[in-house]
Amino acid sequence: MAAPRITMDSHHQSNYKRSKTEKKFLRKQMKARHTLLRHEGIETVSYATQSLVVANGGLGNSVSRKQLLPVLEKCGFVDALLMPPNKPYSFVRYRTTEESKKAYDTLSGKEIVDDLGQKITLYLNFVEKAPWKELGLQALPPGLTVIEEIISPEDEKMLLESVNWTEDTDNQNFQKSLKHRRVKHFGYEFQYENNNVDKEKPLPGGLPDLCDSILEKWLKEGFIEHKPDQLTVNQYEPGQGIPAHIDTHSAFEDEIISLSLGSEIVMDFKHPNGVTVPVMLPCRSLLVMTGESRYLWTHGITPRKFDTVQASRGHKSGIVTGDVEDLTLSKRGIRTSFTFRKVRHTPCNCRYSLVCDSQTKETPPSFPESDREASRLEQEYVHRVYEGIAGHFSSTRHTPWPRVVEFLKALPSGSVVADVGCGNGKYLGVNEELYMIGCDRSQSLVDICRERRYQAVVCDALAVPVRSGSCDACISIAVIHHFATAERRAAALRELVRLLRPGGKALIYVWAMEQEHNKKKSKYLRENRVSPGREELTSNEMSAQEVPAKHTPDLGSQDSARPVPSISDFQEGGCDSRKATSSKLPIHTNRTPFHSQDLLVPWHVTGNPGKDRPVEPLGALGSSDPGAVFHRYYHVFREAELEAACRTLSDVSVLQSYYDQGNWCVILQKV
Amino acid sequence: MKLLTHNLLSSHVRGVGPRGFPLRLQATEVRINPVEFNPDFVARMIPKVEWAALLEAADTLHLIEVPKEPIEGYEHDEEFLRKMHHILLEVEVLEGTLQCPESGRLFPISRGIPNMLLSDEETET
Repeated sequence: MAAPRITMDSHHQSNYKRSKTEKKFLRKQMKARHTLLRHEGIETVSYATQSLVVANGGLGNSVSRKQLLPVLEKCGFVDALLMPPNKPYSFVRYRTTEESKKAYDTLSGKEIVDDLGQKITLYLNFVEKAPWKELGLQALPPGLTVIEEIISPEDEKMLLESVNWTEDTDNQNFQKSLKHRRVKHFGYEFQYENNNVDKEKPLPGGLPDLCDSILEKWLKEGFIEHKPDQLTVNQYEPGQGIPAHIDTHSAFEDEIISLSLGSEIVMDFKHPNGVTVPVMLPCRSLLVMTGESRYLWTHGITPRKFDTVQASRGHKSGIVTGDVEDLTLSKRGIRTSFTFRKVRHTPCNCRYSLVCDSQTKETPPSFPESDREASRLEQEYVHRVYEGIAGHFSSTRHTPWPRVVEFLKALPSGSVVADVGCGNGKYLGVNEELYMIGCDRSQSLVDICRERRYQAVVCDALAVPVRSGSCDACISIAVIHHFATAERRAAALRELVRLLRPGGKALIYVWAMEQEHNKKKSKYLRENRVSPGREELTSNEMSAQEVPAKHTPDLGSQDSARPVPSISDFQEGGCDSRKATSSKLPIHTNRTPFHSQDLLVPWHVTGNPGKDRPVEPLGALGSSDPGAVFHRYYHVFREAELEAACRTLSDVSVLQSYYDQGNWCVILQKV
Repeated sequence: MKLLTHNLLSSHVRGVGPRGFPLRLQATEVRINPVEFNPDFVARMIPKVEWAALLEAADTLHLIEVPKEPIEGYEHDEEFLRKMHHILLEVEVLEGTLQCPESGRLFPISRGIPNMLLSDEETET
């Protein structure tokens, strides 16, 4: 034991000479007492009582009941151990004062190893009374409310009758019979393969009219803040349940609500630290999950035919506590839940990054091995990122690149020009003698083009909705490097050429692997400050981004949303040995030479305030939390690689191939 | 979306090819945005226009009459060029839909922006 024992009397015996370690311990012991009083209102006493507060021995400090209880039991019979959720302390009550005194003498200053393998020193102090009752009642997960009797029995009946379970699956409102329950989707189909929705494919018909009017009413009455656009109806027979899960962060916005119809049920909420809170959801009640309860706690329904409930509370909502004198059983009936959610269109940037797929996916994805994987990689690491950073991105893209302007200005008056991957449209107004159409994958960026009164369309560069041979010229500036396989990059080039009339020209820019050319460093390497006019210059400077290769275990069970890995899963680091670490995409350190052709480049949403320049104002569109980091996928091109790719195209001749400030560039002509 | 832009757009749903043109236009909101008249520019656009598609689109909007075909010597016919200037460059469809004539796929136009995104299945070859 590192720290010496301390007895009650030592507080009062001044003639006792203390060693340095003892003094240090006493200081900490006093500090713990003050902290408890100041922050938690817990008053400790200097005389022995049955109860002790165990500072540092709390769930909020990653100390679990499993670890703490045996330690406490060594000193005597533990009457009760109360571990409030998220708190760095707990309360223990011994049967006798002798036992609690023994614990005080033995355990104060004792080191134990927490759940994460770190040493934690316990500091014990006597308390007159532990807040047993209050804490027990306060323990609803933060952000969770249950509103009883939110609809009338008549409305309940109507809603239940509105769900037609007999329709076949050809129907638009997709119905599936999962292993453990029946389910039906409206607005968007929930896909159990990836626990997400296809955001670009809303189901026709939207939400049922009946639900719509009920939701409007709840909005007006302030029960909910946002109008949902997705509905999942689940039907549970007695004995059926749903595994504990957190609704995928990237799929849905903060507020998730669930209406219980037909029968009450007990839903279990679980904090990653192990605290479980069973909550009674009465018939016709609305469960509203926001904040911590939506993002951090799992919820699930244990498959069983009876629920343990509190006899005294009848059919009221609330926590089912472990009060053994007040428990009884309630037989389950058929429960139908209407769960309403709002589909999220930008990456999640909640505070709970440990369980956030938008944020944990910033860990390197693998190099794509198929077209489908490549497409998914682009969706996650190109399209969604641009959607998320659009406002900030646009505010850093003012000045067109001189040689692109030169190309556009040299075109004959009246030329029709497509800018495929136009971003915020900075080239669309460069030459008024042209008819330019911009297109981009990002709705938010195209919105910005429209505000500038340019012609712009939302589409993918692999399928441009422009008739073949209609363009006198095309430009593709800093676009092709976002495609994740050579085949897809070639397909993007072919699509560009398809738009050209014979004799039409295309200008293509891609980012170069070689950021030093003819012994001259590119501006990207040279400059640390913002230099308007360079595509890649304004990704803010930052420190090295060596992210450990932690990997989210792929546990996607058939009918749960994202299962939550325990904290220890994250601690173990890369736990998926099937994938070689070499196939992971490296994360680039901004403003350094490239070490790999395929990589993730960090984008920091705000600049370094007060250092080199003011923080970029965030546009209303696609704005994100300041400080957020997004990773964009790039394939940086080696010398001659772009030219070689162009030469594989039939009906094309390469007019020019050059290097311009860290980019490889080609001008080609359709023959 | 100007009618000149509409004239350049074509459905890109897998396998429809040239039969994806012209996209059927349905407009619920149209606005006239005055644009400075540049006769040379308009004259250069005329040969690039697919005339039948323009006629059809203008017809669905019910508000303008398009000459059946470009008249002889239009380069110097200011009245004709002004009319075409208005039709091609000043009429903006703000809300509505575009429909692929071959597959029937609908694309929304919202705030003047056609959203032509397809799902993976619609583009896979």
